[in-house]
Amino acid sequence: MSDILGGYNFAYLDEQTKRMIRRAILKAVAVPGYQVPFAGREMPLPYGWGTGGIQVTASVISADDVLKVIDQGADDTTNAVSIRRFFAKTAGVRTTTKTAEATLIQTRHRIPERRLTEGQIIVYQVPNPEPLRWMEPRESETRKMHALLEYGAMHVKLYEDIVHFGRIATSYDYPVRVNGRYIMAPSPIPKFDNPKMDGMPALQLFGAGREKRIYAVPPYTRVESLDFEDYPFEVQRWDQSCALCGATDSYLDEVITDDRGGRMFVCSDTDHCSERRAASDEAEGDGIRRPVEEEAAE
Amino acid sequence: MNAALAIAPASPLLEVRGVGHFYGNRLGCQEVSFDLYPGEVLGIVGESGSGKTTLLSCLAGRLDFAEGRIRYDSRSDGLVDLATLSEAKRRVLMRTEWGIVHQNPRDGLRMGVSAGANIGERLMAVGQRHFGKIRAAAGDWLAQVEIAADRMDDLPMSFSGGMQQRLQIARNLVTGPRLVFMDEPTGGLDVSVQARLLDLLRRLVADMSLSVILVTHDLAVARLLAHRLMVMKGGHVVESGLTDQVLDDPHHPYTQLLVSSMLQV
Amino acid sequence: MYVAVKGGEQAIDNAHKLLAEARRGDPAVAELTISQISQQLGIAVDRVMTEGSLYDRDLAALAIKQARGDIIEAVFLLRAYRTTLPRLGVALPIDTAAMTIERRISATFKDLPGGQILGPTFDYTHRLLDFALVVGGEVPVGPLPVTMADPEAVPRVTDILGAEGLLEAETADDDQPVGDITREPLAFPADRDVRLQCLARGDEGFLLALGYSTQRGFGKTHPFAGEIRMGTVAVEIVPEELGFAIDIGDITVTECQMVNQFKGSKNRPPQFTRGYGLAFGHSERKAMTMALVDRALRTKELGGEVTAPAQDEEFVLSHCDAVAASGFVEHLKLPHYVDFQGELGTVRALRRSCQNAAQEDGAKTEDGDV
Repeated sequence: MSDILGGYNFAYLDEQTKRMIRRAILKAVAVPGYQVPFAGREMPLPYGWGTGGIQVTASVISADDVLKVIDQGADDTTNAVSIRRFFAKTAGVRTTTKTAEATLIQTRHRIPERRLTEGQIIVYQVPNPEPLRWMEPRESETRKMHALLEYGAMHVKLYEDIVHFGRIATSYDYPVRVNGRYIMAPSPIPKFDNPKMDGMPALQLFGAGREKRIYAVPPYTRVESLDFEDYPFEVQRWDQSCALCGATDSYLDEVITDDRGGRMFVCSDTDHCSERRAASDEAEGDGIRRPVEEEAAE
Repeated sequence: MNAALAIAPASPLLEVRGVGHFYGNRLGCQEVSFDLYPGEVLGIVGESGSGKTTLLSCLAGRLDFAEGRIRYDSRSDGLVDLATLSEAKRRVLMRTEWGIVHQNPRDGLRMGVSAGANIGERLMAVGQRHFGKIRAAAGDWLAQVEIAADRMDDLPMSFSGGMQQRLQIARNLVTGPRLVFMDEPTGGLDVSVQARLLDLLRRLVADMSLSVILVTHDLAVARLLAHRLMVMKGGHVVESGLTDQVLDDPHHPYTQLLVSSMLQV
Repeated sequence: MYVAVKGGEQAIDNAHKLLAEARRGDPAVAELTISQISQQLGIAVDRVMTEGSLYDRDLAALAIKQARGDIIEAVFLLRAYRTTLPRLGVALPIDTAAMTIERRISATFKDLPGGQILGPTFDYTHRLLDFALVVGGEVPVGPLPVTMADPEAVPRVTDILGAEGLLEAETADDDQPVGDITREPLAFPADRDVRLQCLARGDEGFLLALGYSTQRGFGKTHPFAGEIRMGTVAVEIVPEELGFAIDIGDITVTECQMVNQFKGSKNRPPQFTRGYGLAFGHSERKAMTMALVDRALRTKELGGEVTAPAQDEEFVLSHCDAVAASGFVEHLKLPHYVDFQGELGTVRALRRSCQNAAQEDGAKTEDGDV
């Protein structure tokens, strides 16, 4: 398996680099929410396109893993396809679009709707790991703020939102406090997904390649979204349901259908949507539950 | 005001012994010793270059002083030595028990967020998580420093110099500190604005029985606010005592010069 | 009925085919060879080697060809390749005093041992398009060969100044480990070794602008081009099994030593300070601008106040890498519709509550009128 792509090691990175990254991951798991600096390597994909997530995935993947890659919740967006191909080519692992089947999920901007389970690992691609960056551009200062629990500034931002908009106006990359200690950027997932992080049975790993940081949330760890007692955290809701599967409780993408204001809403999580559709087809048929139709092989 | 002195308990809040600091070979200040008791306002006066600002920086933990010892009697940990206090603890002191009023309000305010948020920040930093209560406290404090309630959501940018300075004071006092460092708090303000600010400061200091270390070159300001005075020249304390004593009967020639130059004006 | 966009894989394959076709251009025109690029686009090759931090003219030329002449893309290709290479050894510091010189100029002295050697330079060319090159064919004839100066007869200007104590001494502490930005994450404050590594790989355009800004007053350093020298130097390694240095080949480098504003105190007589630049190949603009920014980044160490962008190490070092910068700027092309949907929802809700409030106000006013 190790020479799927001639001349390169299994999963592209050399073993020393993987060990270095695994050490950073172990440290990150030991100190939930703390950003561990690591000597990120240059990857054959551009910075900002998932190099952190790819390095984390490459360091934890093994030959018997089943990999799922999503971008915006979908398996078929171009960057997801590109990263999935990268691992199919360099590690020769089985890939899947099914959340339930995957042992390892690399994601950009979403957490699957289906509840992740023990033994699964979800790897987030992170553009800006520093939640305090908007208040303080200096790394030397933000590291101190984390170390000394100087988090007043973070709430100042939320306070100002309420003053100006009557509510907390942050809709994605909504800051969380992990295990009652570190404030952490959950990566640009919609705040809709934040509650899924809390007490998740799966291991959550975060890789920021350009900024050279790794952080983690171990299984069953408390993850609270920052808020005020009288302005509690809320997730997005839609008046519509998914036009394809009828789901009312999933994150919806808006699709413009014409230039006269026509639009429809569909599940952002393509696997969730197709599973629901397959299930309802069966219910209408003979009522026997069959395995969901296989997606086209990669 | 002197009532505060009369009831001063036996143990000082701040204990300063032989403090000195050099910039390379140049003397900043040297051999400064004094005690500051709860509720007491100590004025440090002198011309620019006399070492008073250096001393304030040493006291407020902004400068690692080279000589001497400074001990502070903290609410949480009792007597702490500032030279060996960890930065973590020092920063906690800064946002709970201490306040710093800078001469230029821009140095002490967040200019990009509303007045209310400026006051609320310290509350949020110490764990207050109720928006309504934070706002109510901000409102109270705006009233205390005589800023109209309808300016709460405005940026400090749109405030006059005097208002900015009062906002800075409110931002510092909202968490009920015990010790406030003031660096020329009335510097750069018009005379009429100064008078109003001094009145306000005098009232707040008395009401909250604050301990204050006030650095100023303006003896009029010192006379109005300070219980005791230290006169500095060339990095050394040349005279100290009760404010009235020092100003009405100055002993050191330099103090005499300062006082006479003030009276001539 | 809406059909979810499928077939991303096919689209990517097709895009790559189109790219290959576009790269080749009209097949009736002869294809560029790697040696043509490395011979005739030498300065582009030098820049790609410098910022790609890999000295290999053929690989750099290949990267330029593959990148269709996009220099930043070529640097990226070379870097991604470099990172997979094993490290067989660490070279000794190159000795630029022993350089076989092709070009050597000093702006600080009219004449000096070894003289001023212009070498192959754009300087003093009149920038007139040379239409003779459209056809080409004629092989230009160089000047009569001159006997190259013996390196020992061309001492570095900084050594001359240093001998008199006029320039700060700069002796490396061999006990100190040297940082490696490709093996350790960058941390602040950064030491000069790390800063110089970042600058060496840094984008020439970005550094050029920063260097220029110091000349216009945003962090003035009063620089003089003490010396710029370009030529070949030997690369040596000490194999463990041998225990002595062996020469493994020559590389061409450009070095710039800026001599800057002096500094001194009561106890120390004033001395000029240095800014240093070194780049692969003939990369004079890069070496000069690197030296300017290096000196600007020493502001704090030399007791100055950091006020200008070029003096701010977090600002300069965090943003000078073209591969990181272009990756992150261009990642905005990736889909962001999940986050945008979140923003749409928020803005719509905020606009609704604004309109409702306005309507209520309107209703109240009407009531009041009644």
